[in-house]
Amino acid sequence: MFQTIMFISLVLLSLSIVVGLYRAIKGPSTPDRVMALDTIGINMIAGVAILSIVMNTYAFLEVILLIGILAFIGTIAFSKFIERGVVIERKRDE
Amino acid sequence: MNASVMSEVIASILILIGTALSLLSAFGLIRLPDLYTRSHAATKSATLGVLCVLLGTFFYFWLAEGFLSIRLLLGIFFVFLTAPVAGHLICRAAYRSKVELTKETVQDDLKEVLEKGEKGRA
Repeated sequence: MFQTIMFISLVLLSLSIVVGLYRAIKGPSTPDRVMALDTIGINMIAGVAILSIVMNTYAFLEVILLIGILAFIGTIAFSKFIERGVVIERKRDE
Repeated sequence: MNASVMSEVIASILILIGTALSLLSAFGLIRLPDLYTRSHAATKSATLGVLCVLLGTFFYFWLAEGFLSIRLLLGIFFVFLTAPVAGHLICRAAYRSKVELTKETVQDDLKEVLEKGEKGRA
């Protein structure tokens, strides 16, 4: 019963990842795509958590933290690139 | 009702709520008209869904196996802290790069302020 509920929620989660992928492909502007990819990353965190329950292991719990940090840094870098055109600005006195 | 059954009940309720919320945010991503409403759907409900799923996992490992995972707590804290910031930054970048609002918009206060600022600079 419990495993069945876990598999049902994995299916729902992958459905929402597919929808995010649709928005990332179709989305009319670049910020739309970045936002869809950020949502996909957040859903992947939940997927890893459910998988670690299904496989009954502690080994994936670092992956949750790591995906969260990487998705955040990627979104920050992309939004700075869209807004200013560069990701890391140069110093002025060069 | 022993501890492992209780942990399974709590974990399955929280995880079902969380995945239902993230599916709801996916419907918002399909159906809403412009980027700002879509990001309103995507950041809030997906974040709450992930928080529910991680909380369910935390309680499952805690009650069923006595394993108090600090990494999961840190993950909950970090997602709760950073997902709204990422949504804010991407919306700001979209507005600054002049992504159109939807046609049903009735009021846009930031546009006047930005035009006045550019006129003052020129």
